[in-house]
Amino acid sequence: MKVVLQNLTKKFPARGRKNRGEVIAVNDFSFEIPDGKLIGLLGPSGCGKSTTLNLISGLVKPTSGRIFFGEDDVTELPPEHRGIGLVFQNYALYPHLTVRQNILFPLQNLKGKDRLSKETMEKKAAEAAALVQIEELMDRRPAELSGGQQQRVAIARALVKMPKVLLLDEPLSNLDARLRLQTREEIRRIQRETGITTIFVTHDQEEAMSISDRIVLMKDGVIQQIDKPQEVYDDPVNLFVAKFLGTPPINVFDGRVESGRLFLGKEAVLDVAGVSDREVYAGIRPEGFWLREDGPLCCALSGVEVMGRDISVVSMHAASQNPVIRSIIGTENKVDTDAPFVRFALKPNKVFLFDKETEERITF
Amino acid sequence: MIKKFFKSNNLKGWLYLLPAILFLGVFMVYPLIDVFVYSFEEGYNSASQTYFGTGTYNYSYVLHDPYFLQAIKNTFILVIITVPLSTGLALLISLGLTSIPRLRGMLQTIYFLPYVTNTLAVGLVFMILFKKTAYSDGLINLLISFFGGSTVDFIEGPYWAKMFVLCFYTVWVVLPFKILILTSALSSVNPVYYNAARVDGTSRFRTFARITLPMISPMIFYLVITGFIGAFKAYSDVVALFGTNLNAAEMNTIVGYVYDMLYGDSGGYPSYASAAAIILFAIVLTITCINLLVSKKKTM
Repeated sequence: MKVVLQNLTKKFPARGRKNRGEVIAVNDFSFEIPDGKLIGLLGPSGCGKSTTLNLISGLVKPTSGRIFFGEDDVTELPPEHRGIGLVFQNYALYPHLTVRQNILFPLQNLKGKDRLSKETMEKKAAEAAALVQIEELMDRRPAELSGGQQQRVAIARALVKMPKVLLLDEPLSNLDARLRLQTREEIRRIQRETGITTIFVTHDQEEAMSISDRIVLMKDGVIQQIDKPQEVYDDPVNLFVAKFLGTPPINVFDGRVESGRLFLGKEAVLDVAGVSDREVYAGIRPEGFWLREDGPLCCALSGVEVMGRDISVVSMHAASQNPVIRSIIGTENKVDTDAPFVRFALKPNKVFLFDKETEERITF
Repeated sequence: MIKKFFKSNNLKGWLYLLPAILFLGVFMVYPLIDVFVYSFEEGYNSASQTYFGTGTYNYSYVLHDPYFLQAIKNTFILVIITVPLSTGLALLISLGLTSIPRLRGMLQTIYFLPYVTNTLAVGLVFMILFKKTAYSDGLINLLISFFGGSTVDFIEGPYWAKMFVLCFYTVWVVLPFKILILTSALSSVNPVYYNAARVDGTSRFRTFARITLPMISPMIFYLVITGFIGAFKAYSDVVALFGTNLNAAEMNTIVGYVYDMLYGDSGGYPSYASAAAIILFAIVLTITCINLLVSKKKTM
């Protein structure tokens, strides 16, 4: 089931004496989520991603705009008639019910012609449990489960009615680091197996990058970029997007373009033919550095961190906006840690220029 | 030596507890034991501090005393009617209060007013509302006759009318506390459960029965248990409504009976009073144990 958002806007009214202005949580959203894809809604806290999810679920009514599931306009439909499965951030498992009763709960709500026999319900619950691999936990209560297991139960409960759209609100934020890695693979697998269009909310760019088919990157209620994860990383539309994606983060420099060459401080570091002379921000990905003795970019070396797979060179430069510059280079390079300076050449496809005023990307 | 004494955490703990233990011991545990002892001493005279012998005669006397049987009957009727009724009503009102966020604060205050009002004053007001005198029929009777019914004297009339006033009054007096407890219990239920239930298309009744009720059940059990205990100990309300000669009014309660046996016009029998008090204690203990067993079973 494809999901289409058309000019979706949600304004929250001003509340109290302190915040007089109304808050625009979601501002004029229009995008289409293709059938059977896994979409990551990504952005910093307070950017409106949870509100977007709640709008799609129907728990929150939009101020204006329409929502379509397939060809059906569901904007006015209450959540229970939209055919969605929702996994809450804290899972919202009913604490007094066993896992089995939790999973059966949505099925027992079906009335009239949709009413299921006891055997069918048990069968469906067993199928959902098998999908998330919790068969042996069916008679426990949520309090007797680990965070990861609770998460699976919540997904099973959301899936048991075979929803048209599955919505996950920060599904991994309550898990520890190791479990998070495991669970995100799990979500990917479950989504592939069921083929259900899935939208999940996260503030963790790595999470979004690793499992989404598409990323929707938001800031202050406005969509910044929608694309495949690699595309967003390789081709950011503005400085915010470039800064938000990638660990270690992108290195941002104050720069200047003069007669087709990029200057960082006094050094001309890269040819950028076709860019008119102006002040710019230059963003260089950590993997965008070559270690070269005759390289144009000279940085004060402050340390080298060996991470096994590669080396992270930590250095400083007067034009850098970040406190330190982190560059990732292969272990085949030898860095003289006693030298006061380190010199780099830059990979052109890893360097992005942004207008100093608008912070929009300047292509070259 | 003293330093060592204070260093021991254990002794320090006991030291802190000492004032409470002393007071409770002198004013609660000792009297309790004393009452128990009195209840087996036949014909105890508090003036001469003498008694004839020991045995279970006091219990036998009390249990055969028609006034005591009347008091037990009254108390049980009061308990059985008012505890479920007041808890149920309080739950309904609390549900109403939590679903209207706008006027909630104001209404909560209004509902809480009876709790801070003096029992005797409220009893008088009730008496004036219900009493039929030579000069006036009372407001309630005016209403009844307005709607075409025949007037009843609720305060000095038939038994059922008096019992109705007592139950009505009791429910009205205990409601505020129960509403207070239940509204806070209801608002402590995480709204995310209601959202989850909504997404799954759960009917309102099912949401209440399967989610709200189990989640506030500890508080409901607390109210039922304290409600039982409170209703079994009813006395001052009855006095406020029907005056001090409760035996004549057929409206005595167990605690009232105990008081009458000690200080009433026919009083001066501490042995009988003690036996009656011990019987009340046994009843309350049994009911509380049953309550606890039921609530354990439910929440396990």
